[in-house]
Amino acid sequence: MTARRLLPAAVGIVMLALVAWGVTSLLERMTGRPPEATPAATSPINSEAAHIAVTLFYVAPGGDALVPVRREVPLAEGVVAQGRQIIASQLQPAPPPYLSAIPAATTLRAFYVTESGDAFVDLGGISSAHPGGSLAEMLTVQALVNAVTANLPAVQRVQILVDGKEMDTLAGHVDIRRPLARDTSLVREAEASP
Amino acid sequence: MLRQNALCEHKTGLRGTIAVTIAILLLVPVLLVQAQGTPPPTPLTMVTREGRRTVPTVLLSNQELIALDDVGTLFQVAVAEDATGAVTVTYRGRTIVLSTQQPIASVNGRVVTLPGPVTRSARRLLVPVEFLSRALAPIYDRRIDLRRTSRLLIVGDANVPRVTARVDTAGPPTRATIEVAPAATVAVTSDNARVIVRVEADALDLSLPGGGSGLVEQIRAGDQPNTIAVVLSGAAGMPRTAQATADGVTRVTIDVPGTATAPPPDTTTTTTTPGPAPPSEGLPAARTHFALVVLDPGHGGDDRGVHTPDGLDEKELTLDTARRLRQRLEAKLGLRVILTREDDRALGLDERAALANNSKADLFLSLHANGALGPVLSGAEVYFLSLDREGENVRRGANAEAISLPVLGGARRVLEVVPWNLAQAAHIESSASLATMLEEELRKHVPMSPRGLQRAGMRVLTAVNMPAALVEMAYLTNPGQASKVRGDEFRNGVADALFEAISRFRTYADEKSLP
Repeated sequence: MTARRLLPAAVGIVMLALVAWGVTSLLERMTGRPPEATPAATSPINSEAAHIAVTLFYVAPGGDALVPVRREVPLAEGVVAQGRQIIASQLQPAPPPYLSAIPAATTLRAFYVTESGDAFVDLGGISSAHPGGSLAEMLTVQALVNAVTANLPAVQRVQILVDGKEMDTLAGHVDIRRPLARDTSLVREAEASP
Repeated sequence: MLRQNALCEHKTGLRGTIAVTIAILLLVPVLLVQAQGTPPPTPLTMVTREGRRTVPTVLLSNQELIALDDVGTLFQVAVAEDATGAVTVTYRGRTIVLSTQQPIASVNGRVVTLPGPVTRSARRLLVPVEFLSRALAPIYDRRIDLRRTSRLLIVGDANVPRVTARVDTAGPPTRATIEVAPAATVAVTSDNARVIVRVEADALDLSLPGGGSGLVEQIRAGDQPNTIAVVLSGAAGMPRTAQATADGVTRVTIDVPGTATAPPPDTTTTTTTPGPAPPSEGLPAARTHFALVVLDPGHGGDDRGVHTPDGLDEKELTLDTARRLRQRLEAKLGLRVILTREDDRALGLDERAALANNSKADLFLSLHANGALGPVLSGAEVYFLSLDREGENVRRGANAEAISLPVLGGARRVLEVVPWNLAQAAHIESSASLATMLEEELRKHVPMSPRGLQRAGMRVLTAVNMPAALVEMAYLTNPGQASKVRGDEFRNGVADALFEAISRFRTYADEKSLP
């Protein structure tokens, strides 16, 4: 066999190998990779069985105060995972007759806790959808801060981030540049269950 | 045939080249004009006791700029640029250092913000016109007052009263009112075609209605810089005019009947000279050191704030109320009043605080209208700042850092340095007193919310280095209040209440000798 015949054969083999690698990669993407082991701290424990009661904060029907409401959320292992569950529940629509202090379009982008006990709640879409006004803004901030600090004893303060960034305010009034401590000045103490 | 085709191609190519050349020639001047800016629709006029002159400015990227060499000519300042790109403006040993990178200026060592940095255009250095009032004014020997709405730059002790004109009733008879504040000598000349109001002043800061009504076709600036012309319709009879001076305002009332009820047609002239404005009841007659108030109309520009279902924006309500309050404070108390924004523009919260701090104001009041998630809530609310952990530390002096600086004569002076964004912490007690007075006076004039007085972490108040409060006038989400806030009765009620509260606070501040 001459070199002139060997060269096309070698090129053909390389091409076939490349096609085979491409097909297997595509199939792997379509069917999904086998799940990697996720850190235990971020996975809820058997969501069917394990739930805990937490206190979430909704706006009273009159619109002038927050009302603490007991709700069931999936139990998760670790402060960070549980914090995510709590905020995710707080972002859900309010149970009647209450109103949600947080705009419906808001999403939870990230939640993490520092060693000093400051939690960071990173939200998406909240500023553009906020109705504005000092009171509405204070209710939003307090609902988020209180939902975390009332249920996670390890967290002392909460800083709200918007789209991954520190912001001055949500809608022009309340200072959210630093972590905020629990504030019950707008919470009506009479607790209710839906 | 081939030669014809070649000729055709040659002609087509030639035409293309000519077209491209013409397009480039047309485009170059356009690009040059864009790069150098365009003159504003109404030029800025500098008013001094000596006369008036036009100030050359240009609009570039929606910003009004003035060339630094023109500033040098107008104000006798020296301008120098060093190799690092820093620009230094010097006036009698005092310096302003500007940056081509950042919208700030160091004015004798104090940093002030500007809407934009120094820019270069056609070998000239341009700065935003706000440079004149924010950076040059603090080091200049004479007053520099930039009034962008009326396109006036007042320098020195030129007398430029604010003149507000309106048509009160369309009639007939039609009634129009012209108010001059502070009070001034006014002469009124009228015939059945127009009324000319001449004010003894170097220029007028005019706020005129957009159009006429009833038998008044138009109220416009007169032919002279100190006159206002009220143009009457053909159906107007001889107008009757009256004028009076009270509370520091000279008010000219013009009643225009129809032709059927016209009095004998003759030309009349009346003149009044106001005496000194009487001090308001209950206020100390002696001049006090409480002299400057900064009013902050909330929101502006793209930020509409809360809005009513029928489209009234919070930003419009706050600006209008601030103007009404300014008129009262200037006319009745003789205070100097600065608005953080004179028109519908976006302004950062730090810029608002910086304006108050750089002006060394004695009081800062931010005006807002509230919003709730439901329609039930109504009433006004007053806020002063609540401190977080860092703020409390500053208030107790725990965060203040002491530095020692040399002074003339070889001695040293110890200064306590407080983080700028926590400046309000040192004024919490006086701000609480101010907020209490605001709440008490508002309660006399407008409906109050059940929580009329509150503390909250209001961002705009944190960096303000003086007594400060924030007022929410009403809930625009409440249908009843949404319709009331459109009317003069509500807006004047709020302005009256805030005026009374500031009057009281001035007495309190002077008694306490607040810094």
